[in-house]
Amino acid sequence: MNNAVKIELGRRYRFSASHRLHSPHLSEEENCRVFGKCNNPYGHGHNYVVEVSLSGDVDPATGMIANLADLDAFVQCEVLEEFDHKSLNEDVPAFREKVPTTENLCMEIFQRLKNFPRAKLERVRVEETGKNSFEYAGDNQEGNRP
Amino acid sequence: MVLLTRKIEFSASHVYHNPNLSAEENRQIFGKCNNPHGHGHNYTLEVTVAGEPDPTTGMVLDLKELKDILEREVMQRMDHRHLNYEVPELAGQIPTCENVARVIWQLLDPKITQGKLHRVRLYESPELFADCYRNGANPAVKR
Repeated sequence: MNNAVKIELGRRYRFSASHRLHSPHLSEEENCRVFGKCNNPYGHGHNYVVEVSLSGDVDPATGMIANLADLDAFVQCEVLEEFDHKSLNEDVPAFREKVPTTENLCMEIFQRLKNFPRAKLERVRVEETGKNSFEYAGDNQEGNRP
Repeated sequence: MVLLTRKIEFSASHVYHNPNLSAEENRQIFGKCNNPHGHGHNYTLEVTVAGEPDPTTGMVLDLKELKDILEREVMQRMDHRHLNYEVPELAGQIPTCENVARVIWQLLDPKITQGKLHRVRLYESPELFADCYRNGANPAVKR
């Protein structure tokens, strides 16, 4: 085992969901000005990509930081089942209070995955479209890698 | 500091099998990656070098030199090879994305003398990759 190198495992997942950016603390006009077309009352959707990065020791018996089957099952249960083909505003309790921007979505997914028992969650990166992506590493400064 | 990244692709085969485990355990842990005849991937490797651009050349390091290092150390060793049987650096290890990325880090790190190896990212598929960093290095280069 070479401790001079830190290894992370990255895995990408996809889900599709709708959202509407609207804050109850703002007037109709302010909502429209701040959120633009994302404030359209009937909402709209995206194909989101979630990139999960884990760190930990590579088990010499398996060559793995974490078994992908365990990670896939955990992400499926904690995130994909609850978010895929859902309305983030209506179906995810966290977004009854918070605006489901991808910043907030990224932080919510981090919270849901941070207790993965087999390895340390370093960061979560969410692509809302091919042009926008957001990353969150919690309090974990090491997670803020370039 | 500036980060420079070069990308290469190679194709290789592998199989996940630990001789210290039973056939049943191997199947259970490694699933279809335990298929005895192996399988293959198109790997994408991104190598990032950190450094200050040389005032005369404006370069962190000569890309041609990095290209030659990648050709010698990675392509010639791994491209169109079976990682279990043809890459001595992986002998005795399961050739997972994590282990292959670490071996590539270990091969490249001593060869990169202009600038410093900052990250090795190896994609086994678009959905799975492993990153290597220098342990304990200050992750100072933030966005």
